[in-house]
Amino acid sequence: MSSNQQSDNVLSLRGISKTFGAVAALTDIDLDVAAGQVVAIVGDNGAGKSTLVKILSGVHPPDSGKIVFDSKTVEIPTPAAAHRLGIATVFQDLALCENLNVIQNLFLGQELRPLRLNDVAMETRSWDLLRQLSAKIPSVRVPVASLSGGQRQTVAIARSLLGDPKVIILDEPTAALGVAQTAEVLNLVERLRERGLGVIMISHNMADVKAVADTVAVLRLGRNNGVFDVNDVSPEDIIAAITGATDNAVSQRQARRKEGLSS
Amino acid sequence: MSTTVKSTATDRQDERLRSQEGLRGAISDVVERARGGDLGVIPVVVGLIVIWSVLQILNPVFLSSANLVNLTLESAAVGVIALGIVCVLLVGEIDLSVGSVSGLSSAVLAVLFVSQGLPVWVAILASVLMGAVVGWVYAQLYNRFGVPSFVISMAGLLAFLGLQLYVLGSKGSINLPFDSGLVNFAQLAFVPDWLSYTFAVVAAVWLFVSGYLHASERRRAGLSSKTTSMLAIRSAALLVVLAFVVWYLGQTRGIGWMFMLFVGMVLVMHYLLSRTKWGRSVYAVGGNVEAARRAGINVKAVYTSVFVLCSSFAAVGGILAAARLAAANQSSGGGDINLNAIAAAVIGGTSLFGGRGSAFGALLGIIVIQSISSGLTLLNLDSSIRFVVTGAVLLLAVVVDSIARKSRTSHGRA
Repeated sequence: MSSNQQSDNVLSLRGISKTFGAVAALTDIDLDVAAGQVVAIVGDNGAGKSTLVKILSGVHPPDSGKIVFDSKTVEIPTPAAAHRLGIATVFQDLALCENLNVIQNLFLGQELRPLRLNDVAMETRSWDLLRQLSAKIPSVRVPVASLSGGQRQTVAIARSLLGDPKVIILDEPTAALGVAQTAEVLNLVERLRERGLGVIMISHNMADVKAVADTVAVLRLGRNNGVFDVNDVSPEDIIAAITGATDNAVSQRQARRKEGLSS
Repeated sequence: MSTTVKSTATDRQDERLRSQEGLRGAISDVVERARGGDLGVIPVVVGLIVIWSVLQILNPVFLSSANLVNLTLESAAVGVIALGIVCVLLVGEIDLSVGSVSGLSSAVLAVLFVSQGLPVWVAILASVLMGAVVGWVYAQLYNRFGVPSFVISMAGLLAFLGLQLYVLGSKGSINLPFDSGLVNFAQLAFVPDWLSYTFAVVAAVWLFVSGYLHASERRRAGLSSKTTSMLAIRSAALLVVLAFVVWYLGQTRGIGWMFMLFVGMVLVMHYLLSRTKWGRSVYAVGGNVEAARRAGINVKAVYTSVFVLCSSFAAVGGILAAARLAAANQSSGGGDINLNAIAAAVIGGTSLFGGRGSAFGALLGIIVIQSISSGLTLLNLDSSIRFVVTGAVLLLAVVVDSIARKSRTSHGRA
């Protein structure tokens, strides 16, 4: 890796380890995220994806290893520290208040003018943000309960952008979504990349990963199991890296197909 | 294309939005919202009309000016308690001990003021402080040990009733002197007619001016806004209603200062709940605690503030009740006060499930409760029937709340 490439990285992890009691959840994890790059983290259940997200968002501190953010070695002891650094996390459950409207949710906890809320400025800023994301939300004055899953994901992502983060972590952003809504969220990820953010996307869905990611980092049993350029890798290779075996249903079918074609 | 974008407000550009402007738009908006289960104050207004019509038919004295003046005075004390209940219900909790706390507050006031001979303001301050401490203790128990609030406050209900009896001592009843300012304030102090009309005009003008400033700020920011004529209609309507109320109540004694105090508290709470960061966090905690916590809201502080407010309002209610009665006795804060306060909050549209409701709900709710109570008293029915009817109305209000919640879920507004 050249030194030039190093300096492009907005976030670098080196040798991150974390144990919970007798279980080594993460061992010697390395990860690089550049500005304007989408890194997909894939891995089986228990591979350590969530632990990695929690370390980056300040929920758990790592036991050892180095986090370099913006070419400075940093520590992320609390969620607030992550927020201050410019690492925003959108958790899978989104954490929106259904009884509040879109503006109220976007600015929750960081309202403008605490003693006499500045509704107008907050509404204008909400529209700016949603327009930048080309979000398809008809009105920001409706309670979040009336929005679709994709729209809620949009609101959650827009909220994480309010603090002008440099890195945004999306935890399974398309897990509960339908076809159209998944496309909407993937568009959004593209939009984040265009804005020059580093995006870390946890996903189980190979199609999504192939669609938007630049780099795929595979975790297996808490260790790095390969970092691939998404253009050079087939879904089968990724699945092989995830499961740690080349012999599985997907590769077998692939092999049968190839045989069928050649014969 | 660009011209249409320019001429449309930022928040009206989505093609899926049906244009809803002017008076007709405003009305159809309300109908639409109600159908979706976002009932707001509609049930309580409808309920009030029904109850008033029935009681007026049963007894023509009911809607007389004298009776309505009485009704407003009677509703102030429990109304203030209901205001506190609204706060705890908004975060999805409950305080069942407000009756006992108000009774204890009455007793503390009477003992300090009459038996100990302290100045009245010291006695009032001590009573309110006592209420605040009670709320703080509840909040500590809730935050630290996670005891459900209904259990904490149920224990408080009994404990503070006991404390009230202890404070009152063997006599069991302490009369407040009739010539004291406190009793005078609660029983004889009425707002002069000219001042009442001034209040009405100020309220209407203020509504118009603040609405106008807000609308022009929105226009400058390129957002849709209410038209000036709409604002004028709204203010004029408010003026007519308020002026009529002032005129009708002015036929006899007019509007009591105690009721004005209650209305003032409602307005202050309305502002705090709807226009401040604190109010937003109260609704957020009631809607989704985990989301509020992750948004950086100090959830424990919100719970603490709400419990302290509720018990303090209960103490203020107790003071007003003692002043109105000119006495504190063993039954102060007892009987149906507890349930009436909770019923008033719920009838006023505050959801028992948290996150929904408003300060005005307490005002409207207590007027409904007090109307029933006053109407049944006028009919010479004894308290057995009054209890049954109030219980039934509370049940009805909770049923309406639950149905509205279901409707919101099915209309995607939950």
